[in-house]
Amino acid sequence: MNYIIRSTLFRLIMLAAITVTQLNAHAQTDMDALMMGKNNFCTGFMVGNSSWKNYWEGTLKRDNPNLGTVGSTMIGIMGNYGIKDNLNILFSVPYISNSASAGTLVKRQGLQDLTLTVKWMPVETTIGKADFSVYALGSYSTPLTNYVSDYLPLSIGLGAKTAMARIMADYQLGNFFTTASAAFFTRSNVSIDRVTYYTTRMHYTNEVEMPNMANFNLRAGYRSGKGYAEVIADIMQTNGGFDITRNNMPFLSNQMNASRIGVGFKYNFGKVEGLSAVGNAMFTVAGRNMGQATAISAGVFYIFDFNKKSNSKTQENESK
Amino acid sequence: MKANKTSKWLWLLFPAFVACERTITEKNLQYESLNPTSTDANAGDWKPVILNVANEFPLAAPTATNVAVYNRELTEIKGFQATLTAEQRASIQYWSAGGVLRWNEIMRELVAKRNLPPAASADGTYPTPSAANPFGYPQFPFSNPPYAARAYAYVSVAQYDGLVAAYYYKRLYNRPAPHTVDANIKPLVPATNLPSYPSEDAVVAAVSVEMLKLLFPADIAYIQQKADEHMLARIMAGMNTRSDIEAGVQLARQVAAKVIARAAGDNMSRAVGTPAQWADLETQTAATGEMPWISKEFPKRPPMLPFFGRVKPFLFDSLTTIAIRPAAPPSTKSDKFRTELEEVNFYSKNATREQIRIVHFWGDGIATYTPPGHWNEIACDDFVKQKFSEVRWARNLALLNMAEMDAAITCWDAKFAYFNPRPSQVDPSIKTHTGLPNFPSYISGHSTFSAAAATILGHIVPARASAYNAMALEASLSRLYGAIHYRSDCEVGQAQGVKVGNYAIARAQTDGAN
Repeated sequence: MNYIIRSTLFRLIMLAAITVTQLNAHAQTDMDALMMGKNNFCTGFMVGNSSWKNYWEGTLKRDNPNLGTVGSTMIGIMGNYGIKDNLNILFSVPYISNSASAGTLVKRQGLQDLTLTVKWMPVETTIGKADFSVYALGSYSTPLTNYVSDYLPLSIGLGAKTAMARIMADYQLGNFFTTASAAFFTRSNVSIDRVTYYTTRMHYTNEVEMPNMANFNLRAGYRSGKGYAEVIADIMQTNGGFDITRNNMPFLSNQMNASRIGVGFKYNFGKVEGLSAVGNAMFTVAGRNMGQATAISAGVFYIFDFNKKSNSKTQENESK
Repeated sequence: MKANKTSKWLWLLFPAFVACERTITEKNLQYESLNPTSTDANAGDWKPVILNVANEFPLAAPTATNVAVYNRELTEIKGFQATLTAEQRASIQYWSAGGVLRWNEIMRELVAKRNLPPAASADGTYPTPSAANPFGYPQFPFSNPPYAARAYAYVSVAQYDGLVAAYYYKRLYNRPAPHTVDANIKPLVPATNLPSYPSEDAVVAAVSVEMLKLLFPADIAYIQQKADEHMLARIMAGMNTRSDIEAGVQLARQVAAKVIARAAGDNMSRAVGTPAQWADLETQTAATGEMPWISKEFPKRPPMLPFFGRVKPFLFDSLTTIAIRPAAPPSTKSDKFRTELEEVNFYSKNATREQIRIVHFWGDGIATYTPPGHWNEIACDDFVKQKFSEVRWARNLALLNMAEMDAAITCWDAKFAYFNPRPSQVDPSIKTHTGLPNFPSYISGHSTFSAAAATILGHIVPARASAYNAMALEASLSRLYGAIHYRSDCEVGQAQGVKVGNYAIARAQTDGAN
């Protein structure tokens, strides 16, 4: 099925924004089994909103009338460039604003982290009548500003430099697809504004060691030249970290876990070549030391084709 | 070809390199072994705080060092030293920095662990932690700043009095340390010629255990384990025999009992108050025509220890608490108040990143060791460099922590005498950069604690006096930047802290340690 030109789009990524506020967090872009064709550049912006009233204090689910509803608004720009048909580089930069509807805490906003991702498709083959492809992704993200990280749940990010490796497989039979991926995250220490902090013991340092994280993502749906529609299941887990103690505030090195389900779509506007709209909604069904967030996001993307011969960009495909 | 294929995949391993700089050095584990410039061998002549005289409690004379029973104690030490594990060596090294220092750290850790306000009950009231049921929820204690200030003070005072008594008997009985008696026993930490009976480390450990059982009853198992490690470390290090340790424990328990009796009668038990008393605070202030404080929490939480101002101070008496109470804050109807409110509003909306760093650096809010704990940490960092003897460490921390407790008392006295509103109560648009404390505004606790600490510490380490004052000023202003205090709260709090610090200096000048 190699007549497919792999154009693509990609969706929201906020790799590092995995906080108790930002359930919206984690990568989606890199999680789709779509590649930009060589010399194509897809760019656009996303807006998103995530909010929660209930959260898990360790394993105890509760609300907090001194926070009310914690809301996070995101505007991000992102881009994806095809170095080769099977090798893309991606970037994203979100601006985030977090606030609580009750209590006195000041809201926080600002540019968060720059994420750069390399996406490579080493395997593309057919199994019977189906297409099968394998992807390997690596990303690095780093804070763009000296934002306040030690201010959960309202800090806009965790302040860590994060590296991720993801392995992903995509299987498509006719117009129906399934994409599964697993990722591993490692994070640098975070420097905070105080010189001592307590986790399950006292630490006499301003450096916080951040536990590793893992992500498992499964998506399935219908994909054609017009776009796609999918259902999503996502598990984010922290390997280590500690629980928020009773009536305490969250901390950077908490064990932050979330299991989420959701839906997503992409639509290619046939009339304007290269223009597409995307959206998704995610709901947290289980968690630990995180809010039970409902998150929606939407975006618009456009593909610039730097190939001389300007043939059609989107509609053909994505129908892997 | 195959190699090439492999290398293509290698970049997937790159996350492993991002985290290569993960090693964290914690400064408290870098402290050197205590090697005092003076042993303060005559500290038995220093003036204790609670004891009337150093030898108020008797201690029997030790056995001679040439008898069989003592020899068997030496054999125990040699047995340890012949088979020391890496873990045992680490324990010796850890405790060698000084018992007073390490127990101060343990206290700070317990305060941070327990410094959590109880969650509201389903009916909208708040449960009060109970010492009688420390393991039930809410766990006892809620080690908020006044509680913590008092806890640091009592433990420090008990350590100091215990050591004055210990040094008295050391000089009296003059029993040499095991490594002096037997050349086959190596001193594994810096040795001095201080007599070893009773063990000063056992006194510090045991007196701390007794005090902390009272103050942090839910942590007794942890506390006892630390004390056992501490005392064993001294035996293994060749510094004390078993009988040196036991004599120290025996003496310490008697000293602690007297300090605990003082604590039992200091009015702390009445500091929480009753719903009727809380209502009175509001009506009394309203009757003066001023706006009374109201909790900004949901549901409304009773104020934190509103009658802590009536707790019996260490450095002056309760009548003095009232006599030195600062004048009333600016009326909420005054122009000065409006100006100050506007200034708070400014920082709420315009604090710089550096000012926010200062807010968080000095925040010392929930789940921390509180401002008095912060000043203990500052003091300990500097005391390590001063190479104080163990007894001088205890004396200096007792001075600091008596000042901090009395600062809490006079500050809380003012807060509940005037019961004035926080900026966010007067103007709900004022959002805060740190948690809004659940008690009245005037005067600022951070300002009072910090100025009191800086004043006494500047007396103890004069070379650092100006640095301490600068820190205290920054700590004070952090509350204005954080938009939780008016400038008057901070400035009058600083002045009040200096007053309290001067009482501590007056004691330091007459306690015989100079």
